[in-house]
Amino acid sequence: MDKLEIKNLNRNFKFGKQKVLKNINVSFLSNKIYGLFGENGAGKSTLMSIIADYNFPTSGEVLLDGENVHDNDNALSKIYYMNQNNMYPKNEKIKKIFKLTKAIYKDYDSQLQEKLVNEFKLNIKLRFDKLSTGYKSIVKIIIALCVPCKFVILDEPTLGLDARNRDIFYRELIESYSANPRTFIISTHIIEEIDKLVSDVVMIDNGKIVLNDTADNIRSKAYSVNGPIDLVSDYTKDLSVIGKEELGQYVTIDVMGSLPNKEVPSGVKITKIELQKLIVNLMNKDGANDN
Amino acid sequence: MQFDFQSPEPIFLQVSNQIEDAIFTGAFKEGTQIPSTTEISKTFQINPATVLKGMNLLVNNNLLEKQRGRGTFVTYGAQQRVINERREHFYHDYILNLINESKKLHLSKDDILELIKRGYDNG
Repeated sequence: MDKLEIKNLNRNFKFGKQKVLKNINVSFLSNKIYGLFGENGAGKSTLMSIIADYNFPTSGEVLLDGENVHDNDNALSKIYYMNQNNMYPKNEKIKKIFKLTKAIYKDYDSQLQEKLVNEFKLNIKLRFDKLSTGYKSIVKIIIALCVPCKFVILDEPTLGLDARNRDIFYRELIESYSANPRTFIISTHIIEEIDKLVSDVVMIDNGKIVLNDTADNIRSKAYSVNGPIDLVSDYTKDLSVIGKEELGQYVTIDVMGSLPNKEVPSGVKITKIELQKLIVNLMNKDGANDN
Repeated sequence: MQFDFQSPEPIFLQVSNQIEDAIFTGAFKEGTQIPSTTEISKTFQINPATVLKGMNLLVNNNLLEKQRGRGTFVTYGAQQRVINERREHFYHDYILNLINESKKLHLSKDDILELIKRGYDNG
């Protein structure tokens, strides 16, 4: 079983003044689809780039099956990182970029590439740098789905994509995953699009992991308590509150964890929370788990 | 097939409920093949493992059967089994609750029967 393990990882910028990643410990297991969530600047891209050895940690390590990935060609050949930077040579035609990629990866799936080019209506004779943001993403998505890597990291894969192309992407991702299960780590801000697709959720806030669990577990642990403010406040007083909405005397308090072993007061209603709302709540939570 | 993912139920349960409903209404006929895990997963963009979990629930309840290399099929007698199960649920969810509520309102057995007749005839 392949396992990607991040151990005690720290990353500082500006000579330690800015701590972007703070003691990150997380494992990515084989054949799962991870959602990596967090606000802008939370540290998602830094973490992804370090995993793929595009960037280096200040301390700590990234291990693939126990081997440090740094400068490790064998390990790195199993990790693909689709990122926001356009690292292709200028003036290069898409056709040529595909060809170069195929030359690097022995089991590159040219058949799938052709299918995706047609589905996305991509003109491969165009130059990469002349493409719109959306079509640049499409070229990168196609490559990411066709490379034979056990770990595929997608940093904002749907950036600039219209609704139709986003739909194609998610369908093709599922089809490709079903035919050939592997690990995907996907970061996106459009959570509602993938909240049913991911099997696991990792959330970063302010450089720290604040949530790391299966999507099912998270869903089963989050509740919304609704009712008159005094009753709801009393009922939730010992719980971990992640969100609150007041409407006059009526209040909704979102909580995480087990519910208290006491009777639910009459007039108070408890419902489950959608994963997307839960994550947005956690992002909004001021200074969540700081330090 | 139509899914409503606004519900707070776990997604694998919604998947199994939706397929069960399609068997109940006859949209998925007995002996016919139902869409594959990948098809359902792609159409509704749900994790394939979640869809599989929901389907397996129905396989265990003998409403679906997997045929190696061919796909998943609705078993014979599945529709009747769903109807029987729903009748049992109807008794527990509606009839027992109705009687409980009636007792609080001091309605006798005959009163309830009379009300049911009235509702049935007007319905």
